[in-house]
Amino acid sequence: MNKNFRLEIFKKASLCRNFEERVIENVNNKKITTPVYVSAGQEFIAATLSSICKKKKIKPLIFGQHRCHSTYLAFGGNIIKLIDELLGRESGCTKGKGGSASIHSKDINMFGHDGLMGSNGPIGVGACFATKKPTIIFLGDAAAEEDYVLGALGWASHKKLPILFIVEDNDLSILTKKSVRRNWNMKDVARSFKLEGHDIKDDPKEIEKHSNLFFKKPMLLNINTNRIYWHAGSGIDNKKTFDRFRNEKTKLGNQAIKIDEQYKINIKKLWKLQLEKQ
Amino acid sequence: MEITVRETIKKTVLKHLKEKNGLILGQCLSAVGWVGGTIPELTEKEGVIELSMADVANGGIVVGAGLSNRRPIYVIRYQGFNWFNAPIILNYACKSKELWNVPCPIFIRGIAMEGSIGPVAGSSHCSLYYRMPGVKIISPMTPKEYKLAYKSFMNEDEVYYVSEHRASYGNHKELNDFLSDDVDIIIFSISITRFEAQKVKETLEKENLKIAIANILWIKPFEIKDQWLRTLEKSKHGGIILDDDYESGVASDMAYQLMKLSSKKVEVMGLKNQSAGFSKKSDNLPPNEKEIIKKIREIIKKNVNYKNTL
Ligand SMILES: Cc1ncc(C[n+]2csc(CCOP(=O)(O)OP(=O)(O)O)c2C)c(N)n1
Ligand SMILES: [Mg+2]
Repeated sequence: MNKNFRLEIFKKASLCRNFEERVIENVNNKKITTPVYVSAGQEFIAATLSSICKKKKIKPLIFGQHRCHSTYLAFGGNIIKLIDELLGRESGCTKGKGGSASIHSKDINMFGHDGLMGSNGPIGVGACFATKKPTIIFLGDAAAEEDYVLGALGWASHKKLPILFIVEDNDLSILTKKSVRRNWNMKDVARSFKLEGHDIKDDPKEIEKHSNLFFKKPMLLNINTNRIYWHAGSGIDNKKTFDRFRNEKTKLGNQAIKIDEQYKINIKKLWKLQLEKQ
Repeated sequence: MEITVRETIKKTVLKHLKEKNGLILGQCLSAVGWVGGTIPELTEKEGVIELSMADVANGGIVVGAGLSNRRPIYVIRYQGFNWFNAPIILNYACKSKELWNVPCPIFIRGIAMEGSIGPVAGSSHCSLYYRMPGVKIISPMTPKEYKLAYKSFMNEDEVYYVSEHRASYGNHKELNDFLSDDVDIIIFSISITRFEAQKVKETLEKENLKIAIANILWIKPFEIKDQWLRTLEKSKHGGIILDDDYESGVASDMAYQLMKLSSKKVEVMGLKNQSAGFSKKSDNLPPNEKEIIKKIREIIKKNVNYKNTL
């Protein structure tokens, strides 16, 4: 992967991370009072996929899950509208009704999630079938276990849809680890349904490696990642959790540090402005 | 110290596992507070079974366990998830005894809660079960009622849908009916609205309105006590049913049944006909004291006007 592209991806990740840091701050100071599902730690998935789509000039249909701030932001969702959404305002991207978990945006073809985990699996498959448009469905490692997700995978494969299933595998269902819930993995499930299936890290290079086949045939990427904050809310389960963002920043050096500093300042400003409007 | 609903449930589950060779199944039972402190902190070997996320299949797995003699308790953390959890329970467990003479007793703990939790999860969804045969529905809000629910379940071989509400877990008081032959209106209340009904009575009685309260514990079969009917019949302005579910389900059916058995009108008040969101503004909450009082005043006014036109 060339460095410019890697920095491009880092930019998006930095946007997402700095946004989430402000979310955490505003949960702690009680400016945000509804539940939030923070995606910090997992942002390189959306950042990389959206950068690849941009490069390919593809604007996919997006079926996000509940933990979707990064999905929305990385794919170009309006940041002010997301701030307003989390503050419960009518000017929010889901008119203040959706909160953190049901983000919807016509502008970026992102369809709202209803809160029933995994329902976006079959729904996304149906939308892809009916439109034949490139479609990305985001699932958690637990949502992927839902019966109706598995049925939808099989049918998407049978119909050879231009679809990309992304399992954001943080090895947690609230606090229950995968090993308590199952002894199989999604890559094998996908392959048994004759989908292109891979189990990879949330390292941009690994994701990019498979991008040649994106939307050319139905594919599932189980992407191992880490959730830094609580399932819902601002606490931290484990301080030692690997942080891809910090890792990339260190690896990319000065340029990344500068990008990140600038985002920090800009996003702080935006939050401040929106909060003052109350 | 008096024991709360929370402690009662936890003790009941413990007894079920330790003394009755029972099981408890559900998602993420052992994580984050053990379902509001209602589950004993035991292991799988001791009967606390973590299911995967496959909600529809999970309902079926529990039905299978129900065919054994282990009388599974099934935790549905938010009642809205019944849209996925209920199909195999309703179409197999609830029919098994009638069709094949094979009972499938399951104690389903459906938990309601509301306030900023979005479009699908919250409130009571008893109506989903109510319209189907082969299920008993009970909504205990006090320690004694919870014990009664469990005891009845253990004495029978039926599917029990136990409609809990998180806001009742801290309660340690019993809730009594107030009935008399001389009231303005009788409130029939279900689930969490029962606490609100008590407040309504207190407030309105300061204005010299006489309010009767009938606490609905058994939803299906709907157990109508003679004394409730008598109070309703003798009331000046009829009755009102309060529910934590949408109005067009359980509550409307109960109102119909009460009206068939009396000459009085019975109104209903439940969740509004709209989806809830995550923000406070877009909540869809069960009727609160203020709203109930407003509705009661409207009923009385309408009734008086109507009588005056006769
Ligand atoms: C159908 C359904 N079942 C259960 C739940 C409760 N629930 C909400 S989030 C969650 C865990 C989700 O884990 P995962 O899909 O891995 O996503 P993550 O939160 O880890 O990003 C559960 C069990 C739900 N919302 N919907
Ligand atoms: Mg997960």
